[in-house]
Amino acid sequence: MAQPARTSGIRWSPWNLLLLVPLVLLVTPIFNRAGPALFGLPFFYWFQLAGVALGVLATVTVYLKTRDKPTNPATGPEPDVDSLDEGAAR
Amino acid sequence: MRWTELVIFLLLFGVVTVLGFFAARWKAGSTLDHLDEWGLGGRKFGSWITWFLIGGDVYTAYTFVAVPALMFSAGAAGFFALPYTVILYPLIFMPLLRIWSVSRARGYVTPADFVRGRYGSSVLALLVAITGIMATMPYIALQLVGLEAVLRTLGLNGSGALGHLPLLIAFVVLALYTYQSGLRAPALIAFVKDILVYLVIIVAVVYLPIKLGGWSEIFGAADAKFKATPAPGDGLLLNGNNQLQYATLALGSALALFLYPHSLTGVLASRGRTVIKRNMSALPAYSLLLGLLALLGFVAIAAGTKPLVNHATGNPDTNTIIPNLFAEQFPSWFAGIAFAAIGIGALVPAAIMSIAAANLWTRNIYKEFLRKRATPREEARQAKLASLVVKFGAVAFVLFIDPQFSIDLQLIGGVMILQTLPAVAIALYTRWFHVWGLVAGWVAGMGWGMVMLYGIPSADGKRAHFGTSALKLGELNLFGWHPFGGSTLQIYVGFVALVANLVVAVAVSAVARRMRVFNGLDETRPEDYHVDEGHADLKPVAAH
Repeated sequence: MAQPARTSGIRWSPWNLLLLVPLVLLVTPIFNRAGPALFGLPFFYWFQLAGVALGVLATVTVYLKTRDKPTNPATGPEPDVDSLDEGAAR
Repeated sequence: MRWTELVIFLLLFGVVTVLGFFAARWKAGSTLDHLDEWGLGGRKFGSWITWFLIGGDVYTAYTFVAVPALMFSAGAAGFFALPYTVILYPLIFMPLLRIWSVSRARGYVTPADFVRGRYGSSVLALLVAITGIMATMPYIALQLVGLEAVLRTLGLNGSGALGHLPLLIAFVVLALYTYQSGLRAPALIAFVKDILVYLVIIVAVVYLPIKLGGWSEIFGAADAKFKATPAPGDGLLLNGNNQLQYATLALGSALALFLYPHSLTGVLASRGRTVIKRNMSALPAYSLLLGLLALLGFVAIAAGTKPLVNHATGNPDTNTIIPNLFAEQFPSWFAGIAFAAIGIGALVPAAIMSIAAANLWTRNIYKEFLRKRATPREEARQAKLASLVVKFGAVAFVLFIDPQFSIDLQLIGGVMILQTLPAVAIALYTRWFHVWGLVAGWVAGMGWGMVMLYGIPSADGKRAHFGTSALKLGELNLFGWHPFGGSTLQIYVGFVALVANLVVAVAVSAVARRMRVFNGLDETRPEDYHVDEGHADLKPVAAH
């Protein structure tokens, strides 16, 4: 975890691989069928709608699991919106 | 004329107009005479604003009108919009963080700015900028098509030039407040737009199926319709031939979306990396909405909705399916709200797209070639003027040329913008590709993509060129050689062109690297790709 603050190039975490999981929605033979239906929706439709949850799960997990690695740490106090604006505070 | 609907539409349009002008003072910096302020809203939008802004930007009125229309006429193949927007966010999660950081660190406003900095090549940056502008222009025109579908359903369906007048008025208003307020106008209006859109679609997918006897009934009606038509490509499920097309179109569209300058504008306007990460999980809410909305195409079949005849062209316009469904099935006051949602839904993306195109023009053509020492104030002024030109160019498209032409161009635009992937997205990670390899790849992908699109007739056989983006593999032609001769499988043209682009780029890069051809100067530093808000080295926003 203890990456130096200024590393070069690419930063890698195995958790990032989760981002590839939603690509299952490109494998049409898995879900190109009518049954079983859910609430009257054929499988083709509700499976892909359920894919939205899968995508969210992937991005949320990666966000939470890679959050503890700071990028370049902030120096000084956390600036608020106004101090970032227009460089007035600088 | 539908008076109740019209009054509600005008009322909400009025609210949005006031917001648009007021936006100039919303979270204002000390000046609007800088592209960071006018073109990127001060680079300080938080998670909520970014969510509404990108959602309002990416899920456009045309999407809301065209996706259900495609489901209505083709069935399952139209549902590609859902897997497309599901795989989108996981795919772009990492690259977006890098491009945000490097743009924030270096003060880049456009993707072409990044390419300029990464390769020190104004030629490559120019290619990226021109591709961006050409892909965005017809997209703006399509927003007009969506807006006009609503206006005509409202009863403003005049013929000739008079028939286009309501559209023109709406666009003049939009052009004025975008000129004045910049990106803050669509950001503020997006709140109204998206809340209306969520309201309308959630009500529609709950209320209409109950009214029409449930989803089983609706899918039954759709199935009966597709079985009755002679067209081989439609149906409730994909068939053997269009599955590859479905997957490659979803993948290609997902890779292309954030190469469009207007999508990136929304990202670069955000405050920091955390805002982007959160939005990668929050934006799929719109995808769910889009999926449900797509199903309304089948609801329209079950309800027996017929497309309206456009009195300006004399042809039935499938894009009026959804407005017409709302008009027939909802009480008139709610239909008015629904129309306003679609109408305002056209204004937000049109504003952001014109700002993005104006930024490209100003930074990568005007400043790069015409006036190298332009001050930030001159840049902002130039961009404001360019946003007007872009918008009225789009209006002219719709007024003087068949709307079908905009639809064709948008099809082409998707293939074109995908060809900037190696120069923009891959360059975020590596400079292995040589600048001349990237240029050669762009030329190959662009050229071949256009040739392929030109050769595809439309499914109904009425038009000989630019019919669809689905290429039959059997017709794939490599200098006279048919590698998949006889195959009836279909594939997305943009995907094939991208593969050609990459192959050429790799080959030319390998040769150029071997010959040690000068590969430009990289002004970015490795750590630039990881900076976050609050970092000491950040370029001050809107510094002159």
